[in-house]
Amino acid sequence: MSDALLEVDNLVKHFSIGGGFGGGQAAQVRAVDGVSFTIRRGETLGLVGESGCGKTTTGRCILQLERPTSGRIVFEGVDLTTLGHDALRAVRRRVQVIFQDPYSSLNPRMTIGQILAEPLVVHGIVREKAARAARVQELLFQVGLQPQHARRYPHQLSGGQRQRVGIARALAMEPALIVCDEPVSALDVSIQAQIINLLEDLQSRLGLTYLFIAHDLSVVRHISDRVAVMYLGKIVEITDRQRLYEEPLHPYTRALLSAVPIPDPALEARRERTVLRGEVPSLLNPPPGCVFHPRCPIAVDRCSAEIPPLREIRPGHSAACHLA
Amino acid sequence: MASLLEVRELSTTFQTASGLVRAVDGVSWSIEPGETVALVGESGCGKSVSALSVMRLVSEPAGRIESGEILYQGRDLLKLSEEQMRGVRGREIAMIFQEPMTSLNPVLTIGRQVTEGLEIHMGMTPLKAQARALELLGMVGISDPERRLAQYPHHFSGGMRQRMMIAMALACNPSLILADEPTTALDVTIQAQILELLRDLSRRLGVAMLIITHNLGVVARYADRVNVMYAGRIIERASAAELYANPRHPYTLGLLRSVPRLDEPRRGRLVPIEGQPPDLTRLPPGCAFTPRCAYRVERCEREAPALAPAGGAEHVSACWESARLVQERAA
Repeated sequence: MSDALLEVDNLVKHFSIGGGFGGGQAAQVRAVDGVSFTIRRGETLGLVGESGCGKTTTGRCILQLERPTSGRIVFEGVDLTTLGHDALRAVRRRVQVIFQDPYSSLNPRMTIGQILAEPLVVHGIVREKAARAARVQELLFQVGLQPQHARRYPHQLSGGQRQRVGIARALAMEPALIVCDEPVSALDVSIQAQIINLLEDLQSRLGLTYLFIAHDLSVVRHISDRVAVMYLGKIVEITDRQRLYEEPLHPYTRALLSAVPIPDPALEARRERTVLRGEVPSLLNPPPGCVFHPRCPIAVDRCSAEIPPLREIRPGHSAACHLA
Repeated sequence: MASLLEVRELSTTFQTASGLVRAVDGVSWSIEPGETVALVGESGCGKSVSALSVMRLVSEPAGRIESGEILYQGRDLLKLSEEQMRGVRGREIAMIFQEPMTSLNPVLTIGRQVTEGLEIHMGMTPLKAQARALELLGMVGISDPERRLAQYPHHFSGGMRQRMMIAMALACNPSLILADEPTTALDVTIQAQILELLRDLSRRLGVAMLIITHNLGVVARYADRVNVMYAGRIIERASAAELYANPRHPYTLGLLRSVPRLDEPRRGRLVPIEGQPPDLTRLPPGCAFTPRCAYRVERCEREAPALAPAGGAEHVSACWESARLVQERAA
């Protein structure tokens, strides 16, 4: 695909736990286990799944905050996993991140103005002081904050305003790709919509590409062009937004969608609901065959023996299920 | 029939570094026997403090229940001695918290934490309490209960801990459970399991429930009646069906409009509630929602509207302009 901005190819990230100094075998946590997808320029790919499914680790590998165990991460034609420290620094400008909790990701002793000016200094983007101040004002304006916010400290802002600062800091680097890791889940409902609208406006104005990591399926459907569903380190289904929600192929996707309560009592009273049995198994000891089979309402014998590959069931719609 | 719980004009305040916060400001609500009522609102609206006030667990001296009455089966809980109150907590009214790990004792076995309440409140012998604990674990769907009772909270997953909390809440056959964001910390599929469990048990055992949440979907599925809170006050109350079909307060309407919905075609743009959440130390004299309200008129800044009948049976809203809101929505 020529317009692919990011290509993740068979990404694997294992963490070792235990073992170490006293001897003993370290256990392997397969946080991400063979994940592949592409994101086209200007597109938003949603990455959904429950805690421990590997969505955040996938994001951190793309940001090169974690070194992958294997696999390739090709950004603008360059495989990031092969780059050394200096070359990576240049790429980091182009790939930015917005975190879930803006409070813990902003230095409490710096003013908003200083927070936004810092990356401009560190990366030598704007060297002159006056030009930097002007750029900070421009960034504040872009995210809907007032000029006087530059003199405030993070604790003087509300949660929504802090997330706007988090977004402005990402924008300071003029990135092509922003990894948004649960950017609205810590915010109040009435503020979530403000931030989602802002992200959408910035995307169309600046031509940004987003990897949008979240667990809220309604929000993901709203903002994403395509959506990948992860379960226990693997992508179990990936397709465009509309098809995922209208014709989900994987039983896990169907269960996730049915678990979301809808704000309409009349509808909820009529709605059939598939409640999944059991819990997500341990990553230390994933089940054989399809990792979802112990909880799957339609599993057959084959599912516990054979790992279903992610295969294209129809054009642009892939699922990892023997029965899809 | 008398209400199971009737909260009248309750005010709870906190002394903070930046001034006095009226976390709950003259609020009245009630729960009938066997009913599920929701308190819904965003962070800081006073929904959790309302429940803590009922349990008289507001942390003093910073926090203080200033005034009001909390009538449980006709008795004012605020007039009970601390010792009498201990007989109510857990025995008559139980509470389930958002983060079960912080409300379980990490150094006691699960079994001990269940049997302790049974021995103290119900005067059971250790043997009887053990048998009851096994029964409770079965009720909340924990398999292999004998082995589980010997384990510690850290052996349990988040979902299992919350099942444990429900078992402990039910232990002494309370008639009311206060569930404060019981599933907010859990994954979507586990959330569904826990909520279905809570509903089935409350129906089967006839326990009344107060669900405190910010999730409008959860309210729609599980509540009979809903109280919407904003800045320490209830701004609208109705049956769940009525509230969602005919919201009569601009804040409720704004909340319902601002969330994307899976059952509807995707909208081009979300309609947020503009502005920031209120600063509780500097509330305006009038309606606290005024600065963010699309329906505000001059009067709103000066005078706080009281809850008043707004259309349907037992539907009340605290808004001067609620008639105009209804007209505009109908048009």
